[in-house]
Amino acid sequence: MIDFQTTPETYSHWRLEIDGPVATLIMDVNETEGIAEGYELKLNSYDLGVDIELYDATQRLRFEHPEVKTVILTSGKDRVFCAGANISMLGSSSHGHKVNFCKFTNETRNGIEDASVFSDQRYICLVNGTAAGGGYELALAADYIMLIDDGASTVSLPEVPLLAVLPGTGGLTRVVDKRHVRKDRADFFCTLAEGIKGKRALEWKLVDELVPRSKLLETAQERALEFAKNSARPSDGVGIKLRPLKREIVGNEINYKTLSVDLDREHALAEITILAPSEAPPSNLEGIHELGDAFWHLALARELDDLILHLRTNEPEISTWGFKATGSADFIEAGDKLLLEYAEDWLIKEITLFLKRTLKRLDVSSRSLLSFIEPGSCFTGTILEIVLSSDRSYMLDGSFEGSNVPPAKLRITGMNLGPLPMCNGLTRIETRHLNDKQAVELIESVKGRDLEAEEADELGLITFIPDDIDWEDEVRLAIEERASYSTDALTGMEASLRFVGPETLETKIFGRLSAWQNWIFQRPNAVGEEGALNLFGTGKQANFDKKRV
Amino acid sequence: MSTIDYSEKIPNNVNLSEDRRLQRALEKWQPAFLGWWDQMGPESSSNHEVFLRTAIDVSAKGWAHFDMVKMPDYRWGIFLADKEKDRKIGFGNHMGQDVWQEVPGEYRSELRRLIVTQGDTEPASVEQQRYLGLSCPSNYDLRSLFQVNVEEGRHLWAMVYLLHAYFGRDGREEAEEMLLRHSGDVDKPRILEAFNVPTEDWLSFFMFTFFQDRDGKFQLTSLAESGFDPLSRSCRFMLTEEAHHMFVGESGVGRVVERSAQLSAEHDTLEVGRHGGIPLAMIQKWINFHFSICLDLFGQEKSTNAANFYSMGLKGRYNENKIEDDHLLNNDGFLVPDLQNGKVIMSEISALTAINERLRNDYRDDCQKGVDRWNRIIEKANVDFKLTLPHIAFNRNIGTFQDNDFDLEGNLISAEEFAANKDTWMPNSKDREFVKSLMQRVVEPGKMAGWIAPPSRGIQGKDIEYEYVILQ
Repeated sequence: MIDFQTTPETYSHWRLEIDGPVATLIMDVNETEGIAEGYELKLNSYDLGVDIELYDATQRLRFEHPEVKTVILTSGKDRVFCAGANISMLGSSSHGHKVNFCKFTNETRNGIEDASVFSDQRYICLVNGTAAGGGYELALAADYIMLIDDGASTVSLPEVPLLAVLPGTGGLTRVVDKRHVRKDRADFFCTLAEGIKGKRALEWKLVDELVPRSKLLETAQERALEFAKNSARPSDGVGIKLRPLKREIVGNEINYKTLSVDLDREHALAEITILAPSEAPPSNLEGIHELGDAFWHLALARELDDLILHLRTNEPEISTWGFKATGSADFIEAGDKLLLEYAEDWLIKEITLFLKRTLKRLDVSSRSLLSFIEPGSCFTGTILEIVLSSDRSYMLDGSFEGSNVPPAKLRITGMNLGPLPMCNGLTRIETRHLNDKQAVELIESVKGRDLEAEEADELGLITFIPDDIDWEDEVRLAIEERASYSTDALTGMEASLRFVGPETLETKIFGRLSAWQNWIFQRPNAVGEEGALNLFGTGKQANFDKKRV
Repeated sequence: MSTIDYSEKIPNNVNLSEDRRLQRALEKWQPAFLGWWDQMGPESSSNHEVFLRTAIDVSAKGWAHFDMVKMPDYRWGIFLADKEKDRKIGFGNHMGQDVWQEVPGEYRSELRRLIVTQGDTEPASVEQQRYLGLSCPSNYDLRSLFQVNVEEGRHLWAMVYLLHAYFGRDGREEAEEMLLRHSGDVDKPRILEAFNVPTEDWLSFFMFTFFQDRDGKFQLTSLAESGFDPLSRSCRFMLTEEAHHMFVGESGVGRVVERSAQLSAEHDTLEVGRHGGIPLAMIQKWINFHFSICLDLFGQEKSTNAANFYSMGLKGRYNENKIEDDHLLNNDGFLVPDLQNGKVIMSEISALTAINERLRNDYRDDCQKGVDRWNRIIEKANVDFKLTLPHIAFNRNIGTFQDNDFDLEGNLISAEEFAANKDTWMPNSKDREFVKSLMQRVVEPGKMAGWIAPPSRGIQGKDIEYEYVILQ
C-alpha cells in the first residue's frame, strides 16, 4: 500500500531549511530509495515517493510557516537540477500507475502555483544545473525561474524526441499559456533533446533571470527577500502543527475523525460518510488558531485529501464513490461562517484554499461520484460542494416510512458562492447552471435556509428525488448499473461532462494535455515492443509506426 | 570580395576558399580564438620563436612542416583525413549503409553533443597548462609543451570547423561557448571535471599527456568509427597529432622514472628527494591520482547515451572493425564491475549499454603497457621497485564505485579509512610543494633540470642541444 502521509523528519529526498521569511526546499534525491523496486533515481529523477514528500513540504510551508513568504526551490546536486520523472520507473509501471502518478504530480504543481497566487507564498526556482523534462516542468510551476549561466546547463522538454511521449506534467501548457513562449519557438524547444541554455533561454522567456555560478544562492536570496517585501503573510504569525492523521484501515472499513468508509467490493463501491462536527466551532478566530489541525473544516480537508489519494492509488477497482453525510448542519454552517468572516486571516485563508484544492482533487478523480441525501444527513455549505461535484445525486423526498427522522435537507452557505471555485474558475453552482444567471441568483437567494427535496430539485441542485417507496431500488440500480459499464468510457464521459465552461491552464492540463498523454501512453510508438519509452535505457532504437492517426 | 588568402592563413583541405558560409563563420570566430589564446594560452610566450610542426597536408609523408614560429602566428589549420572510397557505416542500426556526408536530421543534437563534449576538452588542457612554461625542465621540454598546446588549439579548430560547417546557427553558438567556458572558472567551467583542475607541475603535465591524452586517443578512435564521415575523417587526422602528445607523456614520465631510478641506484636509497630527484613512491602517487580521475572520463559503466550513440552509428568501439561480432550488439552481454555485499564482482549487462566500460577496459590495458615500459627502466637500473595502476574502484567519482571508498587493491573500506590513507595514496599538499620546489626553470639549450633524464634524441633530426625555443 502506498501511503501519502509523511513528515519532514523522515524525508529521504528533500531538505527544508527555513531562515526567516525565506525557505529553501532542496531536492536531493536518494538514488536507492525509490518507492518501488527495479530502478535507481539517478540525477535527481523522481518517482511518486519523491513527489509525496514534495507535496508534504508545500503543505507544511503553508500551515506551519506563516512567516515564510518566499520559497526557493533548488537542487542539492552539483550540475543537475532535476532530470524529471524516472524513465525506468515509467517504463516498468502499469498504465494506471503512470496516469495516477502524473495526476498527483500535476496537482502538486498546481498547488505550488496556488501558493504563489493566493497565499502570497511565492516560489522561486533556482535551476542550478540541467533541468530536463519533468525537472523543467517543476521549475515551470514556480513564479520565477532563475537559471545558472554556466555555459552548459540547459532547460529542456525532451520527451518528444527522446521518449515519444509528452511533457505531460503541465510542460507543454505552461510554456505557452503561462510563460507566453511563442508557439513556434515552443515547437522548436520541445523537439530539442538537449534543450536551451543561457541567453536564448532568457530571450525566449523560458526563464526569468540568468545567474552566474558563483552567485547562485546569494542572488536567489536577494530576489527572495525582494518578493517577501510585498507578501501579505504575517511575519509574526505562529504556525499550526499538522500532526499525523488518525486513520484506521480494518478489512473493508476506513475510519478517520471526519469520515467513515465502507468498501463494497461486490459493487465496486466506496460508501463514504462525512461525519459532521460533534460540537459547535469556537466562537472566534483565536479559538480556531488554538484548535489548529483539530478544527473540523481543516481536519475534513486533510482527511478527505488523504482518502482520495488512498482510494485512487490503492483501490483502483473501487470505481464508484458514494457520498453520504450525517450530523449537525448547524455546526457545519457555523464553521463556514467563521471561514467567511475571517477570510483575511492567514490560517483561515489556508484552510479555505486547502478545501478548494481538495474539492478540485475530487473533481479530477477518475471515479464515478454519486451522492445520497437521506434524512439525518447534513449536506451544508462546504460539504454540499461534494453533492454539487457529483455526477449524479439522489435525495429522498420526504421521510422513510415509520421513521421519525425529519426529511432530508440541504443548505447553501456563502462557501457555495465563491470561495471554492473549480479548476474552470467557476463555482460548482455556476458550472451546474452554465450561463444561467437567473438560476444562480435564485440559489443565492435561498442561502442559509433548509431546502427539502422538492425545492432542491426545482433549484436544480440535485438529480433525482425518489420517495421512500422507490428509493431503495433507484439507489441500487444506479450503483449496479454504474458498475456494469466500461470504466474507461465512464472516465472519459465524466471528465467531459464535469468541466463545462471556460478553459483555464488547469482544465487544459487535466483535459487536453493529460488526455493526449494518456493516449500516447497506450500507443505502440511509446510502449510497444519497439516503442521509445519501452526501449529507453537499452540503447536500442525505437521503430515507429509512421502512420498519422 | 574577400581579400584573405584562406589557404595561406588557414591551411586546409576542406575547400575553404570556396565555401562562403564557412568563411563567414570562421572570420568571426578567428579573432575570438586569437583573443582567447592571448588571454588563456601559454603565459608570456607570444614573442618566443618556437620550433613547431604545422600540419599542412594529410598525406602520410610530409603532412607536417617544421619551422621557427611565434605561436600567435601558428597557422591553425583544418584538415580531414582523406576520404575513404565507398566507406560504409560499420556498426549499429545503419550498418552497411553509405556513411553520411551531411548530418542526418534525426541525430543532429546527439552529434552536436558529442562534438561539443570532445571539443571542450581541447582548449581546456591549454588553459590547465598555461603557467607550465615558467617552470620547464629544459628548452626541449618547453618546445614539447608548446607543440602540444598549439595542436590542442588546432583540435579545437577541427571541432569548431564541424560545428560551423554542419550545425548552422546552433553550431556557431556552441563554437563561441567553447571560448567562453574556462578551465576551473567558477561561473563557466569546462564540461568534464578532470579538465577543471590546473596542471601545476611538470610531473602532472607528463601524467596528463600520458593519461588524459590517452583518454583522448580512445575517444577519438571511437569517434573515427562514426557514420558521420566528416567527424570520422577529422578525428582520424587528429589522432596522428595526438600520438605525439602521448609520446611526450610516456617519454616524459619515463625520463623522470629513469632519473629517479638512477639516483636510487647511485645513493642506494629510494628516498631520492634530498638528492634532487622525485622518489619512485611519489611518482606512484601521481599515477594513482591521474589514472583514477581519467577512468571517470569514460562515464557510467551502464550508459544509455553511449548505447544510443552506438546504435545510431555515431560513435563506435575502439577498433570497431577489428572486433569479430555482429556490430549490432542487440543480443550480446558484457561483464561490468558491480558491488555486491562489499565485494567487487562482475555482472553481465547488455553489451550495448556497456560500451563505456568496454572502452575503459581497452584504455586500462593500454595504460598498463606504458607502466610496464617504465618498470623496465627501473629494472634496468637494478632498483627494486615496481609501478602499478591502482584498482579501477579506487578514488572514483562516477559510476558503480562513486559512493564507496576502496583501497588501491579494490577492497571496500570505510570513509574514515580512506580519509586516513588518502595522503599516502595520492599527492598531498606536502608532496605537491616538494615537486613544485624542484621545478626551477631551465631553458638553456641542452641543459636538463636535475629531476629528469635527457631525452634519447632531439626533434626532427636536430640535436638535443638545439635551441628549440628562442626566448624573447
